Amino acid sequence: MKTTGEVVGVTSNLVTVKVNGAVSQNEICYITMGNARLMAEVIKVNGDKASVQVFESTRGLRAGTPVEFMGNMLEVTLGPGIITHIYDGLQNDLAAMDTLFLERGHYNDPLDYNSTWDFTPIAKEGDTVTAGDWLGEVPEHFIKHKIMVPFVMKEKYTVKNIASAGTYKITDTIATVTDSEGKEHAISMIQRWPVKEAITAYKEKPRPYKVMETGMRAIDTFNPIAEGGTGFIPGPFGAGKTVLQHAISKQAEADLILFVACGERANEVVEVFVEFPELDDPHTGHKLIERTAIICNTSNMPVAAREASVYTGMTIGEYYRAMGLKVLILADSTSRWAQALREMSNRLEELPGPDAFPMDLSAIISNFYARAGLVHLNNGQTGSVTFIGTVSPAGGNLKEPVTESTKKAARCFYALAQQRADSKRYPAIDPLESYSKYLEYPEIIEYLDSHVEAGWVDKVNRAKTIVLRGKEASEQINILGDDGVPVEYHDRYWKSELIDFVILQQDSFDKIDSNCPMERQKYMFNKIMDVCSISFKHKDFEECIKFYKQVINLFRQMNFSEYNGEEFKKYDAEVGTLIANYPQEGKNA
Amino acid sequence: METKAFQKIYTKIENITKATITVHATDVGNDELASVGGKLAQVVKINGTEVTLQVFSGTEGIANNAEVIFHGEPPKLKVGDGLAGNIFNAYGQPLAGSKEIAGEEREIGGPTVNPYKRLQPSEFIPTGIAGIDLNNALVSGQKIPFFADPDQPYNQVMAMVALRAKADKIILGGMGISNDDFLYFKNVFDNAGALDRIVFFVNTTENPPVERLLVPDMALTAAEYFAVDKGEKVLVLLTDMTLYADALAIVSNRMDQIPSKDSMPGSLYSDLAKIYEKAVQLPNGGSITIIAVTTLSGGDITHAVPDNTGYITEGQLFLRNDSDTGKVIVDPFRSLSRLKQLVIGKKTREDHPQVMNAAVRLYADASNAKTKLENGFDLTDYDQRTLKFAYDYSKELLAIDVNIDVTKMLDTAWTLFAKYFSKAEVGIRNDLIEKYWPAN
Repeated sequence: MKTTGEVVGVTSNLVTVKVNGAVSQNEICYITMGNARLMAEVIKVNGDKASVQVFESTRGLRAGTPVEFMGNMLEVTLGPGIITHIYDGLQNDLAAMDTLFLERGHYNDPLDYNSTWDFTPIAKEGDTVTAGDWLGEVPEHFIKHKIMVPFVMKEKYTVKNIASAGTYKITDTIATVTDSEGKEHAISMIQRWPVKEAITAYKEKPRPYKVMETGMRAIDTFNPIAEGGTGFIPGPFGAGKTVLQHAISKQAEADLILFVACGERANEVVEVFVEFPELDDPHTGHKLIERTAIICNTSNMPVAAREASVYTGMTIGEYYRAMGLKVLILADSTSRWAQALREMSNRLEELPGPDAFPMDLSAIISNFYARAGLVHLNNGQTGSVTFIGTVSPAGGNLKEPVTESTKKAARCFYALAQQRADSKRYPAIDPLESYSKYLEYPEIIEYLDSHVEAGWVDKVNRAKTIVLRGKEASEQINILGDDGVPVEYHDRYWKSELIDFVILQQDSFDKIDSNCPMERQKYMFNKIMDVCSISFKHKDFEECIKFYKQVINLFRQMNFSEYNGEEFKKYDAEVGTLIANYPQEGKNA
Repeated sequence: METKAFQKIYTKIENITKATITVHATDVGNDELASVGGKLAQVVKINGTEVTLQVFSGTEGIANNAEVIFHGEPPKLKVGDGLAGNIFNAYGQPLAGSKEIAGEEREIGGPTVNPYKRLQPSEFIPTGIAGIDLNNALVSGQKIPFFADPDQPYNQVMAMVALRAKADKIILGGMGISNDDFLYFKNVFDNAGALDRIVFFVNTTENPPVERLLVPDMALTAAEYFAVDKGEKVLVLLTDMTLYADALAIVSNRMDQIPSKDSMPGSLYSDLAKIYEKAVQLPNGGSITIIAVTTLSGGDITHAVPDNTGYITEGQLFLRNDSDTGKVIVDPFRSLSRLKQLVIGKKTREDHPQVMNAAVRLYADASNAKTKLENGFDLTDYDQRTLKFAYDYSKELLAIDVNIDVTKMLDTAWTLFAKYFSKAEVGIRNDLIEKYWPAN
């Protein structure tokens, strides 16, 4: 028998329920208000009182209202048909809702139960299988969607029957398996999984050893993120977090992009579903939307579902990872999720940690980031979830709890600097503050040595030193004046500007410059580093500035031209001549 | 409020604070309205039979045997065409001199528009102010605040923008505005003959602060009526959101909630987002555009109110006194309209994006030149020219008293470019230079 209860207290979306039986932490319950059933999650149990966070508005809720407990945690439905959809944080299909306003208590099915799919079996009768093993596949847009042994079935099973190739509905039985006791289990194309638990149906999770290309020079060249890695982007408002995330989502070399809009502007979600059907995936030529799904809980949607949205996104990501796919999850912004936790902790009257955030914030964040990763599946294939979250630090101060907690969990740090944004140097990723821990991984160094060029990481580190020395030189110039420093200072400063303008800055709105494949990044970076290694003989600082401005302009024109096209080669030759004819050490003018 | 026959009257108040009272009562809904000793109150917490209410006008003079009568429903606004041209208090009741309106009652603070049903904003809202139209174009369905110090003429600028914006309806939510400012708005709109398309919801400094909490929801419920039901383009003006946030802080403090940054409640972001996210472009052609005011203290944008606002709104507009020209200008560096890309060069002339960027860049060069000058370094000829350009740019374009259309703004910018710079120095795409560079 199901546990039931009745409402005894209401404070905003925190409701206290007196229960008549067993209730578990994170269990889902429904509060019945007239015709509407409001979904809620248990977040604290004290004697026969359960505190639940309601995923809807609690307006009009009265003491004495009946509550029904469901016996399960918050779950998502997994199966073919997720891609291109736009879900809310609880996986309701927003496109299928017919009212203009989101009425409370309206829930719908995340998958279309009437859709049919072309199934091809992979497993054979008699095979031994376990959770996550592939039974067959159906084409979902351009992805081969694997139908797997449900993740809850953790024992060993023998395949008794498997459906032959053909067209099936998602609820049709496509396989029957028997367990060690001879009991039969029917398997369809759908399964359910609780969002707060990680899906671990894989053999092992090695350290990431590949680089994921994002098409952004400031990331790929300077601070690359590993496939299956984690990164985060903190930045004050207006620094370009969202533009950067959208750019990554458009260019990244991934099979599936999951966009989690967590507590952000609704118009930004609109932008994704208006533009993505029009834009092409640079890697496959298919439409971007065909490798995208959106989970959105915009800032005015119920706060409690904000937390659910990031977990829903992660769980869907893990599901597709188990199919051997490269999944990239972008969450904007994890600060809003942390704020939702804070609101709830506050209503529960817990003792607050720093800035009134809950004490376990740091643990919650690192547990969540730990779910990303590259995995070796049972069948030897690899799949990955790469996670990049944005953080919106209060007042732009990177010393606040969410940024600090995330810094402990994520391996790449892309700090957006207000100063760079103000001077329109986009992406505003600060080259000195930001880092990628992956550049220290021997596996990654080796990968870059063999896939890009031997000694690549050393070269990148040299470039970072040039940028740092350029900054020091510019400070000196600002204090002492243009005339007050040796001309070498100007040269040093302008070499760092060269790297900044040609490598670090990238125009996300330019058709060509917005996506820079690794091959092209390598070519340009080598060009720039070659220039940086030359000792020029400048007559005076004005000559020096004039020279570098010309060089930068030509290199930038190259960035805006088609790679290896006529224009590109023309500018390349032009800049080559310019440099060759300029006086340098060891060469007579 | 009249007492109805079946309503239970409670007369034993357990607890009174400055803003809240607690009473034992049964069958009370969350958010429900009540009157406490004749004052309007709203249920904010239910704990068994213990019900806590926030009394909007404050608890001064309430006795612990005052009558508490529950209304059985949340705050509502009567909506109808009669809203237009009328002035209401924070409770949505017509002020003396205004007519009682006919129409249907609607709950305020209603649900969210399904993001999937939204359209991408795409309609340019010209204001005649170059600091806005040229550099930070507004788009219908956008939400954007003025970040201004209290001494700046933000209300005047807002009234000007509202009148020029060609909206079908203008809804003004005044929170803690001074009576003088309220009368100013009324006069300006009256003089412009626009009163019949304006709805006021006003809480002045003379009214109790907690009442303000109702104003944005009232204003937006009226806005949704015109935009959703009538398909109209509605402009909502909210001034001043900082005072609204202060009222939130008062209530949360009285309810013993732990404050987060700057003594603001931990839910500030959600509270503000619920208001601003009502801005929308609807599929029926109607739209809600929100222009708000967030007053700053000493220009500090890291304070919790402007900081959270900046993360929610689609940009912000800064006013600044330009000491060189003695004019109030819209600051080209710190102001930002996130939606401008959707209209500039598309709904306006093709050269708009490039001209805008070039002018701002040259203005930035002027600001560097100024720093050089202050530090006692010599100025180059280029520096001198940027300074002259900056002066003219400020005076002829950025100043808020300039009122010209966007094509004229672009022409003016080209004239200034040609006056002080060579074609190469401006750094605009060649084909545009050929087409628009003024012939002597």
